Amino acid sequence: MSAIELHQVVKTFGHVRALDGLELTVEPGEVQGFLGPNGAGKSTTMRVLLGLLRPDSGQATLFGGDPWHDAADLHRRLAYVPGDVALWPNLSGGEVIDLLGRMRGGLDLTRRAELLERFELDPTKKARTYSKGNRQKVALVAALASDADLFLLDEPTSGLDPLMEAEFQRCIHEIKDRGATVLLSSHILAEVEALCDRVSIIRAGATVQSGTLSDLRQRTRTNITAETSRPATAVGAVEGIHGLEHHDDANHHRVSFDVDSAHLDAALSALGAAGILSLTAHPPTLEELFLREYGDDVGGAAEGGAPTTAHARGTAGVPR
Amino acid sequence: MSSPVVGTHHLVRLILRRDRIRLPLWILGTTTLVAGSAQSVLALYDTPEKRAGYAATVEASGAGKLMNGIPYDVDRTAGIVAYETTSTATVLVALMVVFLVVRHTRAEEESGRAELLRATVTGRHAATAAAVLVAAVASVLVGMLDALALGGLGLPWAGSFAHGISLTGIGLVFTALAAAVAQVTASARLALGISGAVLGFAFLVRGVGAVGDSVLARLSPFGWTQELRPFGEVAWVWLAPLLLAAVAGLALTAYLTVHRDAGAGLIQPRPGNSHASASLGTPVGLALRLQRGLWIGWATGLVITAALFGSLGKEVRSLLADNPEMADLIAVGEGDVLEGFFAYSALLLVAVATAFSVSAVLRLRAEEEAGRAELVLSTALPRTRWLVGSLAVTLVATIVNVTLIGVAMATAHGVVGDDWGSFGSIAGAAVELLPATLVVLGAAVLLLGWLPRWAGLAWAVFAFALIEAYLGDLLRFPDWLSALSPFSHVPQSPVEAFTSAPGIVALAVAFVAIGVGAVGVRLRDIG
Repeated sequence: MSAIELHQVVKTFGHVRALDGLELTVEPGEVQGFLGPNGAGKSTTMRVLLGLLRPDSGQATLFGGDPWHDAADLHRRLAYVPGDVALWPNLSGGEVIDLLGRMRGGLDLTRRAELLERFELDPTKKARTYSKGNRQKVALVAALASDADLFLLDEPTSGLDPLMEAEFQRCIHEIKDRGATVLLSSHILAEVEALCDRVSIIRAGATVQSGTLSDLRQRTRTNITAETSRPATAVGAVEGIHGLEHHDDANHHRVSFDVDSAHLDAALSALGAAGILSLTAHPPTLEELFLREYGDDVGGAAEGGAPTTAHARGTAGVPR
Repeated sequence: MSSPVVGTHHLVRLILRRDRIRLPLWILGTTTLVAGSAQSVLALYDTPEKRAGYAATVEASGAGKLMNGIPYDVDRTAGIVAYETTSTATVLVALMVVFLVVRHTRAEEESGRAELLRATVTGRHAATAAAVLVAAVASVLVGMLDALALGGLGLPWAGSFAHGISLTGIGLVFTALAAAVAQVTASARLALGISGAVLGFAFLVRGVGAVGDSVLARLSPFGWTQELRPFGEVAWVWLAPLLLAAVAGLALTAYLTVHRDAGAGLIQPRPGNSHASASLGTPVGLALRLQRGLWIGWATGLVITAALFGSLGKEVRSLLADNPEMADLIAVGEGDVLEGFFAYSALLLVAVATAFSVSAVLRLRAEEEAGRAELVLSTALPRTRWLVGSLAVTLVATIVNVTLIGVAMATAHGVVGDDWGSFGSIAGAAVELLPATLVVLGAAVLLLGWLPRWAGLAWAVFAFALIEAYLGDLLRFPDWLSALSPFSHVPQSPVEAFTSAPGIVALAVAFVAIGVGAVGVRLRDIG
């Protein structure tokens, strides 16, 4: 049984389709990155999972239960950190942590004390005097001090300094080691790369990519520049070649292109036939990967069926 | 260096845009209420005999003086109009500017929005200057409309304008007060509380001064407006303290503004507890913690006011016995005037106390909008228990408030009038109104459940019930209109015979509304 399963989930607000057939599966024990441009529907998804919003259609299950009907029972097993933490101005940080912990069904006081120290948070300050980063820490400590099975983290580190960011990553590794599941929405790609087993990317309320990071890399293009002894005209006939450029003069034949990973072998064979003198190949950086996913026209994505299969991509190349 | 008020005009436009419905409602509502009351008074005191009767009554009435101050020029119609309407009008104008100024100064700063604006080309004093400017113009508008309304109804034009100017003067004084208080506290709610307390204190000082015929009446801004005597020999010199107080308040505001950091007040926040007490962590415990301050403030204010009303009972009996006009005015008709006075006082106070219940219910909506409800509901707390926990606290607090009103009034009357025999009937007069209060509370829950974006309409329900209770008879509301207020359906004991049926029906209506509203909250999206 998956920890989280969303299938064809639609949620509209008036005329806005915030979620438009969203697919998301998170397996127990995995840390899944949840990415997408602003307004893609990440927070709406979190709220559906929390049973705060009721989907218009589609199926949502959390530990096999219905997040809307069994909200409170399911919440015993999960902890949530919002991206913009609002606190009661007249309660101290310590009081808020205890309040949330007790309402979740108890919290580990030793762990609470340890986390307060690790995140350097003063629990006696009134919430109205906390900065954004400190409010974020209050929600983080409250969540991490629980022994939840599932952590829903919606941009949990926004406003944290790099030291605290590192501390956060250590904490996630710890909860992962004890077998907890994490859904982590984030814009910090280094954080995603460091923590996540799998990544789902959504745009305009629909999933456009889902898989491990190496899967995603597989599904993207490698940039290749080569010098050959003869004009590499055969390359043009290979499938999956983009932005092909030839620079041919009397002695030098240079060619550069992007190639879909699936056709890398064919492209290299075509180059080999032309006699390779030198070759540079760049795998896509994570940044490029996301820029492409966020920025591409995904008109064909819906036809791609299940999000784990490669979707039809627009023809426009990535600007380099 | 650019001026410290550069950018003010942009902020003025922002305030006008944000308050484009709220502000006209305040201005027109206040002036309409004055005009309506004036018209009723004109119809009520249309003969010299009736006016003489009125003058004799109020000149001897402590209760009247407590509420309306020294009765000047009440031997003529215009003077009676002024005496009957000025208290309400001045309090409304003061409340209008206090809400407006705090909303656009400290509340903006507290929310962090002001920071966004201060980062633009905006002078240090621009935010305050803009709020003060709009409040001042609103005060002038109320004054002008008031003058036009009274003049239009046939009152002397010169006096009408003097009356209007006195309203503007009160507006300016409380504009300056709110602006200064907003510099002192870091919390908008506290700023409103302090300004409201000063307003109430100033009103009481004027009232107590008027009852005791002492100099106190001339120490309060509400007293200054009366000393102006718009419909007697106008004493323009009393404009001076009004203007001086306003100028002094604004100067203090400017001084405080440059001597504090943006976002900070002059009162430093105290550290809180590092651990939550045992009670915090249950829905009731949380609700109690969140409503505690609001409740204590209300309960204290209600007990003091109810005790004041109660202490006047003895006097009322001797003074009103032979003045049927006054008895008419307090909407009693027949029966013992003492009972009539307490029935009316209980109605007024319980109707006012309903504001606590409405604001406590609407706090749940505020929790949702701020995102705090989301945090709480992400725990194992079921939505229904979150709602019921909060409503239970509000319900108990409401019952306690209403009971306190009755007990405080009856006790004060017992002590001052040495009359403990009426204790039960006086206390009962307040408690019997409880079902009506709960109907208004139920309406708020209903809106919260089914029209969350319009939950603020609960204030309209409250305002209507209050106006109906306070002025319904004076304004000659038709029966069908009065029937819309739950307070018109429960018996006005001790005047009317107590029957349990309307109360039981009202209770049923209230609990059905609460239940249906709770179902709405369960079924709808949160946030």
